[in-house]
Amino acid sequence: MFSSLSLHTIIHVAVALLFPPLLLGVINRVKAVFGGRRGQPLLQAYYDLWKLMHKDSVISQTTTWVFLFGPVVSLATGILVALIIPLGHASAPLAFAGDVILAVYLLGLGRFFTMGAALDTGSAFEGMGSAREATFACLAEPVLFIGLLVLAKLTGSFSMIDVLGDGVAEAWSGATVALLLVLVSWFVVLLVENSRIPFDDPNTHLELTMIHEVMVLDHSGPALGMILYGASLKLFVFAALLVRLTGLAATGNPLADWGIFLTGTIVVACLVGVVESAMARFRLPTIPAALVGAGVVAFFGFLLVMIEL
Amino acid sequence: MMTALLEPCMVIAVLLNFYILSVSRLKMLIVVVAIQGVILGLMYPIVHQGFAPTAEAGLDLIPLVRLLALTIAIIAIKGSLIPVMLNRAVLLADIRSTVTSVIGFVPSLLIGGVGAAIVFVFAQQLPVSPDHHSPLLIPTSLTTVLTGFLILVTRREALAQVLGYIVMENGIFIFGLLLIEAVPILVELGVVLDLFVGVFVMGIIVHHVSRAFPEASTEHLASLKEL
Amino acid sequence: MTNELILVSGIGAILSGIPAAVLPARFRIGQALSALVLVFANAVGGYAVFQRLIQGPQAAVTFPSPIAGARLIVDMDGLSAFFLVPVLLVTAAASVFGLEYWKSSEHPQSFRRVPLFFGIMSGAMTLLVVAQDGLLFLAAWETMAVSALILVAAEDHIAETRRAAWLYIAASHFATLCAFGVFTILRSMTGSWEFGVIENAHGPLAAIMAALAFFGFGTKAGIMPMHVWLPSAHSQAPSHVSAIMSGVMIKMGIYGIVRVSTFFPDIPLAWGGIVLGLGTVSAILGVAFAIGQHDIKRLLAYHSVENIGIIVMGLGLALIGRATHQPAWIVLGIGGGMLHVWNHALFKSLLFLGAGSVIHTMGTRNMEVMGGLAKRMPWTANCFLIGAVAICGLPPLNGFVSEILIYTGLFRVLQDTPQGPVQAAALAAPGLAVVGALAAACFIKVVGVVFLGAPRSDRAATAHEAGRAMVGPMLVLVLCCVAIGLLPAACVPLLDTMVTSWTVGADGIPSVGTEFYLTPITIMAGLLIALCLAGCLALRWRGIADAPRGLTWDCGYAAPSPRMQYTSSSFAEMLVKLFRWALQPVVHAPSIRELFPQRARFESHVNDTVLEKAVMPAVRGGLWLVRWGRYFQNGSLQAYLLYILAIIVFLFLWQ
Repeated sequence: MFSSLSLHTIIHVAVALLFPPLLLGVINRVKAVFGGRRGQPLLQAYYDLWKLMHKDSVISQTTTWVFLFGPVVSLATGILVALIIPLGHASAPLAFAGDVILAVYLLGLGRFFTMGAALDTGSAFEGMGSAREATFACLAEPVLFIGLLVLAKLTGSFSMIDVLGDGVAEAWSGATVALLLVLVSWFVVLLVENSRIPFDDPNTHLELTMIHEVMVLDHSGPALGMILYGASLKLFVFAALLVRLTGLAATGNPLADWGIFLTGTIVVACLVGVVESAMARFRLPTIPAALVGAGVVAFFGFLLVMIEL
Repeated sequence: MMTALLEPCMVIAVLLNFYILSVSRLKMLIVVVAIQGVILGLMYPIVHQGFAPTAEAGLDLIPLVRLLALTIAIIAIKGSLIPVMLNRAVLLADIRSTVTSVIGFVPSLLIGGVGAAIVFVFAQQLPVSPDHHSPLLIPTSLTTVLTGFLILVTRREALAQVLGYIVMENGIFIFGLLLIEAVPILVELGVVLDLFVGVFVMGIIVHHVSRAFPEASTEHLASLKEL
Repeated sequence: MTNELILVSGIGAILSGIPAAVLPARFRIGQALSALVLVFANAVGGYAVFQRLIQGPQAAVTFPSPIAGARLIVDMDGLSAFFLVPVLLVTAAASVFGLEYWKSSEHPQSFRRVPLFFGIMSGAMTLLVVAQDGLLFLAAWETMAVSALILVAAEDHIAETRRAAWLYIAASHFATLCAFGVFTILRSMTGSWEFGVIENAHGPLAAIMAALAFFGFGTKAGIMPMHVWLPSAHSQAPSHVSAIMSGVMIKMGIYGIVRVSTFFPDIPLAWGGIVLGLGTVSAILGVAFAIGQHDIKRLLAYHSVENIGIIVMGLGLALIGRATHQPAWIVLGIGGGMLHVWNHALFKSLLFLGAGSVIHTMGTRNMEVMGGLAKRMPWTANCFLIGAVAICGLPPLNGFVSEILIYTGLFRVLQDTPQGPVQAAALAAPGLAVVGALAAACFIKVVGVVFLGAPRSDRAATAHEAGRAMVGPMLVLVLCCVAIGLLPAACVPLLDTMVTSWTVGADGIPSVGTEFYLTPITIMAGLLIALCLAGCLALRWRGIADAPRGLTWDCGYAAPSPRMQYTSSSFAEMLVKLFRWALQPVVHAPSIRELFPQRARFESHVNDTVLEKAVMPAVRGGLWLVRWGRYFQNGSLQAYLLYILAIIVFLFLWQ
């Protein structure tokens, strides 16, 4: 069940905890390059976190403990998920049968309390944000699961060690098209779950149009720092899923695997940056259609897998 | 070697079907349908390997030229002539730039997905000879026909209906690829005829409807109903 | 001994209401005594279940029945023992809650009959699950159904309540009619009313029996197209009654289906497919309907439809497993489904009790006038929040455990040997994911609108916490939810006994614990809690406790008012629109024509589409068809006597 403490475990924990904020810096740098600017330092997110952890905060008087518990849970679940999913090595420190479900539901728990914290402020804008978050999550989760069905069918297993380990690397030769479809649909899920353009604009100046950022308007200081860190963890987790899904980080050589994995996550971040630079935000009514579309694409992948075997 | 390209083409064709079901901008719809047409044009020479040069017969130029000419014709008509004409129609008739759906885009997309599933399961049961080119050919064609049908049934605008018709015709074209070795000339004639019919229908209907109803919405036809 | 004990427990529960019904109202001693007797009787029952678990099967207790040649059999097998746990626990908790919730001073008309029939209903359910023959089963079933009717109609001076009661009894009688059909077929096939495997269960008669059982018991359980009675009955009944109706009574429908499924030696694949399909539909549409509700109890009632759907999904998977001889699917399906029976009984009754506590102080079920209650009633709010997290199936609570078992089973369908169409069953997994996400959306809405934010009305601003008799039972249920969530492996022995009893005579049925290793869940839950604690401590260390308090920022608006908050309808609006095709929301929106419009009202409702668009038209059509029957119902006593005579004569001649 649980792999013994080894070098992989140590690297895994270190990467999972230290690496994620870098991805935010990469995305911003790519956007800056596209916009013709020099951009902020790659390590800006680390400076921000440091700064936020040392700031004081102001708390709304309508709130209860849920308001502060939201950031805590989103961070705690983010860390736990980062320790459950495989990174540069197929078996994660906390891998077990059924870890896939636990990971998805942990993210759900984080979302639940983030929405609760938003509603706790009694602000119309934050209510709006959490309503949108709830709605889009309902459409994004099945996409993730349909993709999992494809992987489970191809690898004959459903714990992450096989689904995102050597099993998927072997499956690529037989079912390239289906896996490509899953990859595309999961990339869409990454964009939605991490509130990126074209689904949400993390940098917009208009609260009315936001989703995730508007939910955390009232958080400040260390709590906001936790949210920022939790968000970077979530982005990292999804990027890791995509990289593992490509099967490239399963060469057998541990050093190469970790190298490919880390490069891969940075490539995913670059891709997100390119999408953000090249696309405009969708109109709100278009988002459900786009998500259902991603679901249909993944479902088509499942159909392909089912008939070709 | 060539058949390896066939399946990606068909997968893209099916994915385009889903995209067609979810697009609301008319111009985008025209572009997507055109892309689908081009992909069908590319599929034609891939399937049509019976006329490829073989070792015994040596290089026979005439079928090859014909193959190339037809391919270019299909791509030109589906990928350029029709979209250009449709875009002209949009300009001339001053048609609204968005398509509206009777049931909404998300439900039509879902119906499309479920329909594809049913078609794929159904196609598994069909008693077709095993030596046809790909297990995907029939389901792809039926899914495309279904998509065209869905567009015809659920979209309000006349122009969108023309596009639905074209998509449906694309589906029939894919089905025709199955018979391409048995009766090549028939299929090829059919292809050309279909294309012309499409253009005619488009030209005639849009011009007539646009003269009578500037918005070109088929819902106005309901006012002709006897009370 | 255990069977005698459980019999004593059931009869004790049935009699428990008598003190409340006869003792003087002034000192409330009668009510207290009733609750005490019921708790004690259920404790005896609990002891019997425990004894059954460690001692194994016991000799059945039998009685000669009033109908010649038959006998009544009481025997607690694994299945009975499993279902007894929620029956005993939840009814005891709810009866204590009722002490304060349904005070004689506040309900002078019904304070006697509510505890009386509450006891009868509890005892009837106890007897129902230990009955091993059709006659006792039917008797207990009907007792339960009728006493529930009286409880639903507790406030029968309200017209809406009377309507709900009518609808309930009509649906309930449909269920009873089907149950009669099931046991009559059982008798005709085996020659006795006693439960057991029917050796020659094949052909159309077996199919009819299965269909009657599924649709009849499914009506009681509230599976989607048959759920029509459930929202109104659950919302109109007193909250502690809603708690046992939703937590336990509808599970008796599930019990019926599960019990009847043991009669068949082999199950066709199609049955499993139908059950799984309807379960998925039920789960998705149940939660979709829930999202559109403004009435907190109607919302919870629709969530019962959803959770019954999840249970039925597990059952469907197990039936598919039986049809294809896949022990892993059987164990994970029935194990997950039945564990969800427990879990739903716990968190749904917890939520209904929490809702009752809110309604008690607010005097209304409309969520739109609540808000900010967490500050005024922290115990209720926190219990409700825990129940909400549990019902969404989120870790580290109990709902997650049963859902992960079902998920694992559904994914196993893709991995194990039989390929082909049966693998389409795995598509229920994304369905379950949709359900989970929708449930989370719905419950964060409830928690947010009712307990968080600022009070939306004066009543909400002056709300008060519930008393100890109401908070106590909620805490007990919270503890159970947390315990199952943290230590799911502790449920394995009872689950295994239940699985063994369900798969009568089958070999090679593994333990639930070996098919899905549950210990990691405990470790993960522990880690999660530790991380959350660490996070809280970190915030505290950064001085969050002394952080200054200010207005909600609200984009700089300096005078926020509670009316500006997102309401339950606005929260749900996008999701309701997504499910517009099923929910058919009714919107009364003003049409704005001039530049300076008048005051206007906006209203939206989600009514029960199945009831309004299918059942009611069908009933009206049926009434129209049988209108000639009215001719016989002419009100003349003589005519009625003539009918009786005619029928007697007919029977004589027919013989």
